[in-house]
Amino acid sequence: MMELKVNGRVHSVDAAPDTPLLYVLRDDLQLNAAKYGCGLGQCGACTVIVDGEAVFSCVIPILLLQGKEITTVEGLGSIDQPGPMQRAFIEEQAAQCGYCIPGMMMRAQALLQKNPLVSDEEIRRTLEQNLCRCGTHMRILRAVRRAVQLMQVATPART
Amino acid sequence: MIAAFLAFAWRSAVEPIEPPAASGFDRSLIRHGAELAALGDCSACHTAREGRVFAGGRPIGTPFGTIYSTNITPDPSTGIGRWSQVAFTRAMREGVDRNGRHLYPAFPYDHFTLISDADIKALYAYLMTRQPIQAPAHANELPFPLNVRPLLAGWKLLFFREGRYRADSGHDSTWNRGAYLAAGLAHCGACHTPRNRLGAEKDNRLFGGGDSENWHAYAINTESQSPVPWDASALQFYLRNGWHALHGVARGPMAPVVENLAGVPETDLVAIAAYVVSVMGNPTPARLQRAAGLTATASRNTAGSSPQSALANDVGATIYAAACASCHESGQPLPFGGINLALSIDVSGEEPTNLIHVVLDGLPATGEVQIPIMPGFASTLSDRQLLALLTYLRARFAGKPLWNDVGKSIGDAR
Amino acid sequence: MTALLPNDTASAHISRRAVLQGAGALIVSFTISPAASSQDKGRAKAAGTAVKLAGSLTNTPYLDAWIRIDADGSVTAFTGKAELGQGIKTALLQITAEELEVPLDHLTLITADTALTANEGYTAGSHSMQDSGTALRNAAAQAREILIGVAASRMNVPAAQLKAASGVVIAPSGARLSYGELVSPTLLHVQAQPVSKLKDPASFRVMNRSQPRIDIPGKVTGGSVYVQDMRLPGMLHARVVRPPSYGAQLAAVDSAAVERMPGVMSIVRDGNFLAVVAEREYQAIKAMRSLAAGSKWQEQSTLPKQAELAATLSGLPSQEFRIFEKPESSPPDAAATALEATYTRPYVAHASIGPSCAVAQLRDETLTVWTHTQGVYPDRQAIAEMLSLPPDRVHCIHVQGSGCYGHNGADDAAGDAALIASKMPGRPIRVQWMREQEFAWEPFGPAMVAKARASLDSSGRIADWEYGVWSNTHSMRPGPAGALLAGQHMALALPPPAPKPLPQPEGGGDRNAIPLYALPHAKVVHHFIPSMPLRVSALRSLGGYMNVFSIESFMDELALAAETDPVAFRLKHLDDPRAREVVTVAADRFGWSGRQKGGSGRGCGFGFARYKNLAAYCAIAMQLAVEHETGRIRVERIAAAVDTGQAVNPDGIRNQIEGGILQSMSWTLYEAVSFDDTRILCVDWSTYPILRFGSVPNSLDVHIVERPGQPFLGCGEASQGPASAALANAVADATGKRLRDLPLTAARLKAAIGV
Repeated sequence: MMELKVNGRVHSVDAAPDTPLLYVLRDDLQLNAAKYGCGLGQCGACTVIVDGEAVFSCVIPILLLQGKEITTVEGLGSIDQPGPMQRAFIEEQAAQCGYCIPGMMMRAQALLQKNPLVSDEEIRRTLEQNLCRCGTHMRILRAVRRAVQLMQVATPART
Repeated sequence: MIAAFLAFAWRSAVEPIEPPAASGFDRSLIRHGAELAALGDCSACHTAREGRVFAGGRPIGTPFGTIYSTNITPDPSTGIGRWSQVAFTRAMREGVDRNGRHLYPAFPYDHFTLISDADIKALYAYLMTRQPIQAPAHANELPFPLNVRPLLAGWKLLFFREGRYRADSGHDSTWNRGAYLAAGLAHCGACHTPRNRLGAEKDNRLFGGGDSENWHAYAINTESQSPVPWDASALQFYLRNGWHALHGVARGPMAPVVENLAGVPETDLVAIAAYVVSVMGNPTPARLQRAAGLTATASRNTAGSSPQSALANDVGATIYAAACASCHESGQPLPFGGINLALSIDVSGEEPTNLIHVVLDGLPATGEVQIPIMPGFASTLSDRQLLALLTYLRARFAGKPLWNDVGKSIGDAR
Repeated sequence: MTALLPNDTASAHISRRAVLQGAGALIVSFTISPAASSQDKGRAKAAGTAVKLAGSLTNTPYLDAWIRIDADGSVTAFTGKAELGQGIKTALLQITAEELEVPLDHLTLITADTALTANEGYTAGSHSMQDSGTALRNAAAQAREILIGVAASRMNVPAAQLKAASGVVIAPSGARLSYGELVSPTLLHVQAQPVSKLKDPASFRVMNRSQPRIDIPGKVTGGSVYVQDMRLPGMLHARVVRPPSYGAQLAAVDSAAVERMPGVMSIVRDGNFLAVVAEREYQAIKAMRSLAAGSKWQEQSTLPKQAELAATLSGLPSQEFRIFEKPESSPPDAAATALEATYTRPYVAHASIGPSCAVAQLRDETLTVWTHTQGVYPDRQAIAEMLSLPPDRVHCIHVQGSGCYGHNGADDAAGDAALIASKMPGRPIRVQWMREQEFAWEPFGPAMVAKARASLDSSGRIADWEYGVWSNTHSMRPGPAGALLAGQHMALALPPPAPKPLPQPEGGGDRNAIPLYALPHAKVVHHFIPSMPLRVSALRSLGGYMNVFSIESFMDELALAAETDPVAFRLKHLDDPRAREVVTVAADRFGWSGRQKGGSGRGCGFGFARYKNLAAYCAIAMQLAVEHETGRIRVERIAAAVDTGQAVNPDGIRNQIEGGILQSMSWTLYEAVSFDDTRILCVDWSTYPILRFGSVPNSLDVHIVERPGQPFLGCGEASQGPASAALANAVADATGKRLRDLPLTAARLKAAIGV
């Protein structure tokens, strides 16, 4: 049994320690957002946040994740109470098939958590690691830009 | 005394010229210049990330501070548009710009001084026929007194010898061509030769391994730790294609080098390979024997997929099996599949820098060309886990003890 | 079960029976006429009826096949089309809500399901709005009038005085009867009429308004949306060990060690079909890798030389179809300037981000398959044939997957799951392909060659036009079981169906090969190549992409020769007023007439087409910069204009056009399937690079030309062709170099530019 802290809750997981996080999220914890895209860390569909950093969950074995904080799209909000990043993607209608979108959101979330005043250039550069095939890129960029504003409203800067 | 030094250090300006018309240069000279610029890897330093080619502005980290490359397009105000051939030649051979200011040796005039008149002329023709791009120079970030340029005259006095390449009659013309290019224009030693505390290459350690922008440039002399010793045909293939099945893929600062070399004449690559391999010398029988074993193993690593290594109790082995083996034992061939780590210089080499670098930061995807991509593990591997992994990799794949002071290397990389 | 899938994909757990027995339900079973799966085969004929009905009503005329109203007033709409990420569900709901006069959020939509919905063939060819949208619109309008008619007799008020709104019929007196009160069991079990009382576009309250897509909230909050997300009780995970190359024969397999691996339940071998089934997904993957390592295959070298692809293809035997000939005018005058050019495109991958996946379960002698197929009925036919089951024992349910962009691995994954499930009765089997399998085994968009020749008269008009296109078929879809990989690989070794050219007017390789331009003298020939060195099938827009790339590139070459502005040159040859308007609007929105002059590494280009010459009109203007030293192209800004007939969800249209443009940029600039004489070499994103964020343009504006009341024109494939040509034309404008071989890579452009 291994313990994993996902979206603020500790789960005991009965999976082999070499199992990549992605399969534990999807098959053991029944979380849908992180997706299998390549299993090689090349497309970003599986991106989640570990201790504040965006990582490819398809290549990170759970044995490396003891004591770490894992966040998935499910940790950003729910369909009834979407968080700022999710609201931004809904408001910009930033999805077509949507398969890549949770990975995009998590990479953007990690970026904005570290740097709320991010430039458009940095957004593009960061999202270089994630692939979209439908051609939703313009909307994804707009959504991340909108998320910057929504997050500022959600957590007003302390003076 | 100071006055005397300043008098010694002082260099005159070369008269500015009206930017020459591109049509004034011979086309074949320009084409030759293009090949030479590729051999010299000029664009790698003189192009900022996502910037225009040759417009400069790329930060070059040195142990002394950050130097920014300059604009070498023929823009009259911010580039070299007003440089005459004389000014250009002086900069290449003496490290002095048109205004008479000494240049930092990050610009490798200690190598370029070897270049022939004809080649410098071709390089000039090529650069002066580029699109002029207005891009003002970025100020260097160097502490006092390193930002006092006249002091560079003293550095030159100590370490710089001006002069053309002199052929070695003990070797054939191919070897001499290779030596001329490798020591001069291609400035291999700028990265592959270790430097002293004042930043000059150690003459007695030619190609003994050096550092470049947080990467280690491996020894390519008799100290080479390459698991399979290089031969001329392998090196020629590597320089042309950027990878070799028994040696892996060029990454880090070597990646733009081989990208540029893709466009140079084969004869020049043959020459460079012949020269560098001769510097590496003949491998020992023991090394050759081990290499034969590795080669045989590697050639069996063919179709489809192979099983991942069994889990062991060793933390490093477990991490390897879980995180590395799925690509490095997939049987997917180079250059895009993961290399069999027994063949990897990163595991067998004299420094752990590159291995740590690649494990932590991966080889991120850039642009839309075929390129090896590897995920980084910086945010998921603790120092302790990384150390366990390195220990395991070094023992299993190189049969060597761990490097000294790996902890410091890990700390530096973080 | 409700946790399994979100409400909007409720089709997965509603059986037709349950629907029929629904509380107070009033529909009776409907008849679905025999397969009229059509898209790629052109429009189907009305089945057994002399009257032409609107859209898919032609084949499925009963209103209750499309609309169901329960006694509690809830309304369900049915479509045989599938949500592929194009937003069709939202648009179809908008149409139904509009014409039926019910609030959109009171509506439920059931999509492609062989037990529940009409057979509308494939969700392909940008047909969904024309077929299903038109059917639903007319069915909803007729149902509304039927309900008003019932209300009229109950209220004893002339129907003309009644008004329907929000699911209620209202009399001038204020008296109201809800739809739930008005329905009776057979009320809508009537055949549709040829003419419907459609609403005046001026009165629209739902249509032609941008409606947030109903599927997006679930997709951005981790909802169970995709077939990949399905978790059925007792479900097992399977992985297939595919052969290393086309035609490879499984010589030996050592499975003993794999059988002992943790979680392994079964190893399935049927001829060259090899798979492993395990309790957990990652166990299945590890077992698959071991099984692959223990398998020996005999491979054959059957592939052509990639470097000589164009010559190889045009050298293969072909059948000629003269698809257009216009000889009536006088021959071109002697002073004419003649131009000739050859264009090529490589094989292009669908390259879905999510590898194909399906779930299948054999229970009570019925095989249920949850699949992201584009055609549940044709897929059912193929699976039934493969397993020798009667079609009514196979139930195919569409569940969304990663975007497919045509015939990718989705049907094959369904075949894999079905074959494995048929050998393990009772347990649901989930199969997902690995990344390398998706690339190596998906049917690619065919490589093509096009040759154009034209002459200009002394006034700079095209006097004579000749065009030939060489191509494989663009549809090897199921139907036939041999279209499935599992069918080909199993011991039965079902042969792939004989390739057929898709007929005009929609065409396949010759889609859009006939220019929309007014040409006095023209000949267009489709050279159909039956032999297929690589596995191919439908990729978004089929031959349309390549033909528009070639024709629109050639138009610019002719404009240059005629010393005429490219937009003016096009307008000079366009009679269709709607075509002229999209061209003009795109040019105006872009600022074409005031654009920066081309050269010095910056240029502008234009492209136009009407998709299939039948669907949406689209014109695109593009500005880009070329890095002289590297040949690298950076697209800076794009303006597009599109005419889709009556718009339903304008933001959905914009999303489709934007997506098509960016996908086309990726195809056009970067993409080519690579292979050696035996194997496909591009197996991941290292070896098959696609567009990344660094190359996304700074701005992309889509302008919709409004056509209120006009028939719906599909737009999902309208922008790919024009975008590719706009790109190539802008490159030529920037550099003076005309690239005719796709993709327009930096290396190729640098080679053309020279030092």
